[in-house]
Parts: sequence; C-alpha cells; structure tokens
Amino acid sequence: MLTLENINFELEVEERKVPILHDVNINFEAGKMYALTGPNGSGKSSVARVAMGIYRQTAGRVLYNGEDISSLGISERARRGIGYAFQHPPRFKGMPVKDMLELAFKHSDGYNCQVLRDIGLCPDDYLERTLDNSLSGGEIKRIEIATLLAQNPRVRIFDEPEAGIDLWSFEQLIDVIGNSHREDTITVVISHQEKILNMVDEIILVRDGTVSMRGSRDEIWPQIKESAECGCRKSCRLEEKIYADCPR
Amino acid sequence: MLTALDKKLLQEVADLHGEPPGAFNIRKDGQGIERRSLEGIEINPKKDQPGIDVIVSPGKEGTVHIPVIMTETDLSDLVYNKIDIGEDANITLVAGCGIHNPGSGNAQHDGIHEIYVRKGARLVYTEKHFGEGEQGGKRVLNPKTVLYVEEGAYAELELVQIRGVDQTSRVTEAEVKAGGRLVMYERLLTDGEQKADSDVLVKLMGEDSTARIISRSVAQGNSSQKFFPRLLAYGPGRGHVECDSIIMDRATVRSVPEIWAENSDAELVHEAAIGKIAGEQLIKLMSLGLTEEEAEEAIISGFLK
Ligand SMILES: Nc1ncnc2c1ncn2[C@@H]1O[C@H](COP(=O)(O)OP(=O)(O)OP(=O)(O)O)[C@@H](O)[C@H]1O
Ligand SMILES: [Mg+2]
Repeated sequence: MLTLENINFELEVEERKVPILHDVNINFEAGKMYALTGPNGSGKSSVARVAMGIYRQTAGRVLYNGEDISSLGISERARRGIGYAFQHPPRFKGMPVKDMLELAFKHSDGYNCQVLRDIGLCPDDYLERTLDNSLSGGEIKRIEIATLLAQNPRVRIFDEPEAGIDLWSFEQLIDVIGNSHREDTITVVISHQEKILNMVDEIILVRDGTVSMRGSRDEIWPQIKESAECGCRKSCRLEEKIYADCPR
Repeated sequence: MLTALDKKLLQEVADLHGEPPGAFNIRKDGQGIERRSLEGIEINPKKDQPGIDVIVSPGKEGTVHIPVIMTETDLSDLVYNKIDIGEDANITLVAGCGIHNPGSGNAQHDGIHEIYVRKGARLVYTEKHFGEGEQGGKRVLNPKTVLYVEEGAYAELELVQIRGVDQTSRVTEAEVKAGGRLVMYERLLTDGEQKADSDVLVKLMGEDSTARIISRSVAQGNSSQKFFPRLLAYGPGRGHVECDSIIMDRATVRSVPEIWAENSDAELVHEAAIGKIAGEQLIKLMSLGLTEEEAEEAIISGFLK
C-alpha cells in the first residue's frame, strides 16, 4: 500500500512560496488500478512527483507498505519499487534507446525487446536510435512507457500516457497497461481519457491542489463533465455575461 | 617485440588486439618499430624528417593503422606524416596516440598530419588520445591535421580524447573542393587541471562542398576547454557547426564558432551550447534506481558516444 498522508507542497518561485498541493490524502492499494484526473494545473503530476520523491512535501508523510519513506531520495524509492513514467520525458543526446531500457532493466527482471513491441515500436528500428530531438513526441512518449514496463516496478505511475499517441495505438496502449497490472502492483494512470477512466477500479479527481472526490466511474464522470463545462462558462463570462451563473 | 604495456596502449587508442589487420606502422618512443605495406598501400619512412608517407593507390580499399605509443618520461616526439588517398580509393585509417608516462617529466607528442583525399575517394579517419602516468609527469599532445578533400571525395574525421591528457592544443584545417564532403566529430572530456584547445578552420572551396563539424565535450574539475571552430565558404557550399558542452564543478569552457561566407549562395549555420546536465535527465535516471553519480556517468558516456 502506498499512502500519501496530509501532503502539502509548496514550490519556491523567485523567493516566493507558491502553494501547489494541500491536504492531499490518498491510499493506493495493491492489486488496484487508479486514475488521477482533473483540470490542467490542478496538481496531478505534482502528486506523482511527491510519491516518487522528485518533489519534497512541505508537510505530511509518504508511506509505502507501512514504512515512512518521506526522507528517502528518488533512487531509493525506485529500488523499493516505485516507478514513474514522465508526462514530458527528457531527451538525452547520444544515448541509445537500448541503453535506456538496459538501465531500467538493471534494477528489475522485466526487460526484453518485447516491451518495445508491446507499445507498437519495432525493436529493430528503435533500439539504436538516440533519445534526442530526432524522435517525435509520440515516439519519445512510447519509449518512456516501454522504459517503465522494462523497469517493472510494483508501483507504476503513468503520467498522461496517451498524450501524443495516435488513435490507432491508443487501444493497444490501454491493453498493455491493463495486462501489465498484477495482483501485487499498484497502477496509477493520470489521464483525461474516458476509456482509461472506464478501465480502472477507482477514479481520483484532483482539483485546485487537492483531492476533491474519489469514486467509481459512474460517480465521478458526471462531476468531471460538469466541472469542465463550468470552467468553460467561467472563461466565457468575460465576454458574454449571459453565462453568469455556474451551476454546481 | 611489443610489451604488455605497449599492447594495452595500442588497444586503448586503436582498438587493436595483437597485430593489426591490413597495412600498419607502429611508432614507439620516437621510433618506428613495426611496419607492413600492402600492395596498393605503401608505408615508407621519410628520409629527411621523422615520420612516414602513406600512399594509397587509386581504387584501393582497405584499413591502415598508424598508432603512436609513448612509454618514457622526459620525451618529446615530433612527427610529420603525409597520407595520400588515391582517387576513388576507400580507406579506414586509425591513428591515435597513447602515452604512459612513468616519471615526473613531460611526455609530449606533436603529430603533424597532411592528408590528401583525392577525387572520388573516401576516408574514415579516427584519432584517439589516451594518457596515463605514475608520478604526475604531464602528458601533452599537440596534433595538427591539414586535410585536402578533393572533388567528389568524402572524409570523416573522428577525434576523441577521453581523460588522461593534461594538455592538448589541436589544430585542424581542411579545404573541401567542389562536391567534396567533410564530417568531423570531436569528443573531449577533461578533468582535474587539464587544458584542451581546439582550433578548426574548414574552407568550403567550391560548388556543393559541404562540411559538418560536431563537437561534444564534458569539462569537469578545474579543467578548461576552448573551441574555435570556423567555417568559411568561398563558393556556394553548405556547412553546419555544432558545439555542445556539459560543464561541471569549477571547469571553464569557451566556445567561439565562426561562420564566414564569401558567396551569396553559401548556407552556413552554427549552434553552440554550454550547460549543466539537465535536472530532469538526472531525475529520470534516478527514478530508474541509479544513484546520482551513476546517472551522471550514464548521461556523460551517452553524450560522448
Ligand atoms: N516551476 C513552477 N512555477 C510556478 N508554478 C508551477 C511550477 N511548476 C508547477 N507549477 C504549478 O503547479 C500547479 C500544478 O501543476 P501540475 O503539473 O501538478 O498540474 P497537472 O494537474 O499535472 O496539470 P496538467 O493536466 O496540465 O498536466 C500548476 O498550477 C502549475 O502552474
Ligand atoms: Mg501533469
């Protein structure tokens, strides 16, 4: 079980403290799949980064299987079995895809060429390619997902895995994420996609830096739709006063 | 007879395990010690100066190794090599210098190479530098390469120096004639108190001459690096200079690419960047379980590949 307990997180930006997350409480149970969803900028990636140890919470604790891992660094958490596929994977000049997969594999037992095939890339075409700007957005994103699959961690957090992935491959992607899930893993998918929201056991709605709701698809979906429409009306209001009230 | 140390140095700079395939010349501590010519690839010692002439006949294909090793301290070696790749020949040439300096004096090698790649020929040239020592004696390497790429010829230069050389001042000059192509890769890593300078001047002489200069470097410790790649087009040529450096610790890096066109149909581009390893790169690799040091190492070795 991975627990985020009363997490507050502030970023220091030009000597100013900007609150990003407040009072975040989430239990992720082994064997379950979760979706984190919510508007842009609501704090979903920040939640993932706090779990991975990339961001250090300003208050609260992160517990993993009963152990307080709040003070552990990124590498140590990775070795405990937490993994995160970035929303915006960095690029590496000169590093071949093969090396990245091997680094991921070194601390796991997961890698073979199959991970590339699973996400729709032919190993022969990609193993020797370098992870620099020569790869397209969708390709780099797929390789990021393959890297997480190679790493094969117990806790796997995918940050908008579908972003930039073409529609044809989207179904395949959902299958891969679903199939890689096991009884002892926690799968968390940050996503806005209805299909992904349909696949998971529980949806967590993040809004304004905190968890605003948790529940099944049927409970959460109407809320998401409403909040999206509401957001739209708010932004239209400036020009057209007609949409003045925003039903909650 | 080659000693175990000789063999190790040869492996470092020329990837040689035992006797080289093809034609070769091995120079050790200021003297040619082993040499083999082949039909169409003549290697002869110069009569009036230290050094060799490598003459490749037109149309010949093959591999040539001309490594230099140094195993003594207080030694300064200067050589003049002339390499002539005949028309339409296709040659891989491995040069390079490995220094094991056992004492506290300097060990210095200055290699002056004059290379002709004749019409339609193709040359892939690799030069690796390696240095090590026991009592703090400096390892110094000052290579000068002057390259002539004739009409329709292709030359690829790979110049690599990863650790161990205290001081290097490299000069590379090239003239690329009409339809000639030149690609130059430079890879450099310095640390400690090491210094490295590289001056490159490539002249695009004619119609459709092209050149790419790609320089990647990592500067660690207190080391310092200077790059002056210059690309000059007299005619309607195309060229690209790219200098990319990772800077760490208290190192300094100066990168001054220059592009210079004397013809309105020339197309020249330069890019230069100096920066730390990006935080997100470290974080990504650490999230795979690497320590920060391992992550750094992996990023640098990829960058210099
Ligand atoms: N360096 C920064 N400086 C200022 N604000 C920041 C910085 N980094 C993040 N933020 C803010 O933190 C908030 C949460 O960001 P986060 O990336 O977690 O959102 P998200 O829910 O993942 O959004 P998206 O759906 O767009 O990916 C945003 O409002 C963002 O603007
Ligand atoms: Mg995000």
